Amino acid sequence: MSSEREIVFRLNGREERASVSPRLHLIDFLRTRYQLASPRVGCEHGVCGACTLRVDGTIVRGCLFLAVQADGKDVETLEGVSASGELRDLQEAFVERNAAQCGFCTPGMLITAAELMRGGKAHDREEIRDHLSGNICRCTGYEAIVDAIESVLEQRSSGRTS
Amino acid sequence: MKSAAFDYAKPATVAEALALKRDHGGGARFLAGGQSLLPAMNMRLDKPGILIDLNALAELNGIGDAGDTIRIGALTRTAELGRSEVIAQRLPLLARCVEHIAHPAIRSMGTFGGSLALADPAAEWPAACLALDAAMIVAGPSGERTIPARDFFRGLYATALDEDELLVRIDLPAQPENARSVVLELARRRGDFAIAGIAAQAVPATDGRLSDVRIAFFGISEHPVRLADVEQAIESGGTDGVDAARAALEAGVEFTSDLYHAAATKRHLAGVLLGRAVAELLNDEA
Amino acid sequence: MSVAEAPGGGYVGRSVPRPQARRLVEGQAQYVDDILLPRMVHAVFLRSPHAHARITAINVERAEAMPGVIRVFTGRDFAEVKTFAGVLAHFQGMKSAQQPCLAIDRVCWCGEPVAVVVAETRHQAEDALDMIEVSYEELPVVVDIETALDPATPVIHPDIGDNMCFERELDAGDFEAALDRADHVIERTFRFPRHTGVCLEGRSVVGDWHSAERRMTVYISHQAPNMVQDCYADLLGLPESAVRVICKDVGGSYGIKTHVYGDELATCALSMMLGRPVKFVADRLESFISDIHSRDHRVKATMAVTNEGKILALGFEDRLAVGPYSVYPRGSAVEGNQICNISGQWYTLEAYRARIETVFTNMGPYSNYRAVGHPVSVGFVEGMVDAAARTIGMDPVEIRRRNLIPDDAFPHKALSGPLFEVMSHHRCMDEITRLMGYEGLRAEQTALREKGVYRGIGFASMIEITNPSAMFYGVGGIRVSAQDGCSVKMEPGGSIVVLHGCGEQGQGTETIYAQIAADAIGVPMETVRLVTGDTEVTPYGGGTWASRGAGVGGEATWQAARALRKNILALAAMITQSQPGELDIVGGIVVDRATGEERISLAECGRIAYFRPDTLDNFQPELMVTRHFVPKQFPFCFTNGVLACHLEVDIDTGLIRPLKFWCVEDCGTVLNPQLVDEQIRGGIAHGLGPTLYEQCLYDERGQLMNGSLVDYLVPTTGEMPDTVVGHIATPTQESEIGAKGAGEAGTAGTPGAVMNALNDALAPFEAELTDMPFTPEKVLQALGRA
Repeated sequence: MSSEREIVFRLNGREERASVSPRLHLIDFLRTRYQLASPRVGCEHGVCGACTLRVDGTIVRGCLFLAVQADGKDVETLEGVSASGELRDLQEAFVERNAAQCGFCTPGMLITAAELMRGGKAHDREEIRDHLSGNICRCTGYEAIVDAIESVLEQRSSGRTS
Repeated sequence: MKSAAFDYAKPATVAEALALKRDHGGGARFLAGGQSLLPAMNMRLDKPGILIDLNALAELNGIGDAGDTIRIGALTRTAELGRSEVIAQRLPLLARCVEHIAHPAIRSMGTFGGSLALADPAAEWPAACLALDAAMIVAGPSGERTIPARDFFRGLYATALDEDELLVRIDLPAQPENARSVVLELARRRGDFAIAGIAAQAVPATDGRLSDVRIAFFGISEHPVRLADVEQAIESGGTDGVDAARAALEAGVEFTSDLYHAAATKRHLAGVLLGRAVAELLNDEA
Repeated sequence: MSVAEAPGGGYVGRSVPRPQARRLVEGQAQYVDDILLPRMVHAVFLRSPHAHARITAINVERAEAMPGVIRVFTGRDFAEVKTFAGVLAHFQGMKSAQQPCLAIDRVCWCGEPVAVVVAETRHQAEDALDMIEVSYEELPVVVDIETALDPATPVIHPDIGDNMCFERELDAGDFEAALDRADHVIERTFRFPRHTGVCLEGRSVVGDWHSAERRMTVYISHQAPNMVQDCYADLLGLPESAVRVICKDVGGSYGIKTHVYGDELATCALSMMLGRPVKFVADRLESFISDIHSRDHRVKATMAVTNEGKILALGFEDRLAVGPYSVYPRGSAVEGNQICNISGQWYTLEAYRARIETVFTNMGPYSNYRAVGHPVSVGFVEGMVDAAARTIGMDPVEIRRRNLIPDDAFPHKALSGPLFEVMSHHRCMDEITRLMGYEGLRAEQTALREKGVYRGIGFASMIEITNPSAMFYGVGGIRVSAQDGCSVKMEPGGSIVVLHGCGEQGQGTETIYAQIAADAIGVPMETVRLVTGDTEVTPYGGGTWASRGAGVGGEATWQAARALRKNILALAAMITQSQPGELDIVGGIVVDRATGEERISLAECGRIAYFRPDTLDNFQPELMVTRHFVPKQFPFCFTNGVLACHLEVDIDTGLIRPLKFWCVEDCGTVLNPQLVDEQIRGGIAHGLGPTLYEQCLYDERGQLMNGSLVDYLVPTTGEMPDTVVGHIATPTQESEIGAKGAGEAGTAGTPGAVMNALNDALAPFEAELTDMPFTPEKVLQALGRA
């Protein structure tokens, strides 16, 4: 059978070492080895977006990323992003606007939305919808999510100029 | 839906990668972006004995502007192509494909070469490469060879690659600076595979017509489609040539059906896209 | 005292954010798959690849030898688990074969569990699955709704006689006379596609059997914990008291998770057999073939209408194609029965003739999903109304105004039987046309048509069943509770704990109970916390379904909290040597009612009650109160509303782009406007899906062809437009809080509104579509272009 591989990587800012089976994808690895709850699967074929997290600062589908591929990389889950405070305003906006109902899609939504927050540009609703079209939500009908992101983008871009 | 077990290797050179592939033959898969391979493996539709991870092969990266040729490493991510100044300036048709391809988290990992080697009939990159007369640079046990795009896409998930070969680079000829391009795609949802799509480029001629017309379709047949008769009809007739171009398309294409659309529907939609693409090429303000 | 007059912070009626949401946005939710127990193992089910086949042999030897495998079980190993079938005694003639939790000799749908591997990890279990050898002898398959009852079609379960699960006819008024008097008799056939809920969190359960105590704890993603307790105890042969059901965070349910599933039940049985916790999580592919499907209907409708737009009569034949067994315990027939009860009854009709046929097939199991039956009923009726309007050349709003039950005509007994307490159809229509700027949209439509841009406006007037009494299930012998219970406790420090039989799946149930309790007692909402989803601890309740959480659960909360307030005031009066009537609780402090002067804190009351009762003569404080509530006057509380859709059709490609939705809903007292509005928006997405995109596509062999998220198309941000929501409020008198239900209305009205908007857009071409989902191909065919 397949032998395990040694990997060294950063998880939410902390260096970790692990021995992983090649077939273990990043979500299963993070859930079973580190008992992190926010990485989760919704489909395991890359469509629903619930598994979206950050590797080397870029969003990826955790269910389509093998744990062995994390070697030498920087992995961030919502636990880490939340602790850093990077998305505090977006998380507040989600609560205020009720953009999280059952919450299952929420970590993937937040981490995907965070990409739009970079660069301090304002984005209109069309662009927000376009960027998030790879994250399925079955509870909200999406409008609250778009509202929450739009409001934070506006705050951030106006905050910069004032 | 957990993948079956497999061995894993991460070669440091192309030669090593080829050797591994040769040793394991049909039981090995190359791992590039993994955005198509890993879903299939998670569903146990594909159970390779070994995965050969290409992601350490530095020579497969990079976008190079060599003047009359743009060289794109096979491992170049879709997102990278979308951000590249070189691509935006020199191959705008490619740049226009990016927004249609899946979603951001897929584009960050999916590769240009991976998409071409998979040859999904509904994918954008194969059609764009066909339209631009790309040359596929392929490495194999007996060295490198070049396969022109028009010979590369053979059928449903079928290319001219031999089992022990690896697509390493794609060379695209520089395009006229004043060329206009358009990529149109019809899908029921944002980011879905195309029901029908068109990648088109042309140079506006002084008489208000179009020259050097390049038109490739995707999603309508078992492979991307480019027909000289279609392009000639547009070159000679402009908007008035669209009907003739449609007739040429109907005569020259084996339209396929999918889960939701009959071949006749695809034929109709291809014709609609053709008209819209030509209109845009003729009226482009940018 | 009404909720509106309640003291305290005045939370009811305000868009208070959900305290639970904080946990969700920080990634600290706890779903069943996050539960890890010592010695826990994983169950993975082998599912039938055939829709109908005899199992001739199963060999599990090679599978059991695989690494990490504890054991492999087949159907025969579950002989101690009772079979089940959802048959409602008050549905005359309803029948179903009994279903085993795993197939034994025969499989009846593609996806039915045949064997189960229990292993240390899910990966190992799936590896072993590949090693199980099953021989099948294929049997003829029943998949065609039209021929399911034909004599030539095989009967799936010969011992029940035929493939009819339930049929019902209703004839009221003189239908033939109405047809005679009509100027036009409109006839149409509608097709609604089989589809499913697609909860992002797959169905999940951990069965945890403790052999020494002989107790089973079930951690499950579900909407009705007490129902699970009752059913599982019965089916597993345990006393009710031996089963504890815990529901923590649920990642979406929408009715999919209100049923008993054989695989989840078997997982608990496995825990009993193995003496250790067993976890089962349905992955996405198996969810498509094992979650209940819904709404697979062919409706042939007839409407008699005059030139003045008066609808004289509505008649229809509705056939729905369910799975091979009636799902347990709610059954597969409630959908059809509701359609029989409600169709068109929001109009004043002279005659009504309904026939429903619920037929068994070898497609997947089928039962209640959000808005049960209403999307089909409202869909075809509103489609007929628009067809009638087009026929006589009348505006669709005008024809509805001429037929909707007048707002002052309540209570109103519908021709089909149900009693409507109070509705506001006309006020809702006034409000929605105002919100839409209806005249302006029509003018714009005309102008754009000149430019070859085709937009359409569609309406759906609707009713929605909520707050059900025991008439729903109880009278049919089904042990699903229509009552609900709430316990409210004041702790020594003065904080309030609310324990409730209804739970939370994201709709905000816990929040509205906190709002109600805070207002009822007079305390800040931050001092109120909720405990739900644990049958060991919470009062016996019905759970969330049929939009009952607010109306029924909310009333129980109000009653309990008011009673606690009374007890607190009695205690405070005793301590301060005054009369309870002289006191009030405001902002968590007991004050003098007349002057507002602070008299005593709740914490001080608590200290004395719990730790210094020696200072209280002849007085026993009761600082925990339980109240139960069930609607008694009206068997069901019907709400009303109207939904409108604005869309654009590309007549060259057939692609449809929804531009905007409006919904004006009357759900009585609105407890939290934001939460209600968000339920409407989410509900609309579930209605839009099957109208344009979603469909469970079966081939003639009973195979599901599109059982993945690549091919089964749920709406994304790109497809769902913004929605404007408005409210009219006619509170119900059944309860003090006056709240009706609101969770399903958005789903009920959307298919009809979208279909009407599409046909409105295509009116210049005299093209009409009634076969959902409306794919580009169907639009092009209707236009004669492909």
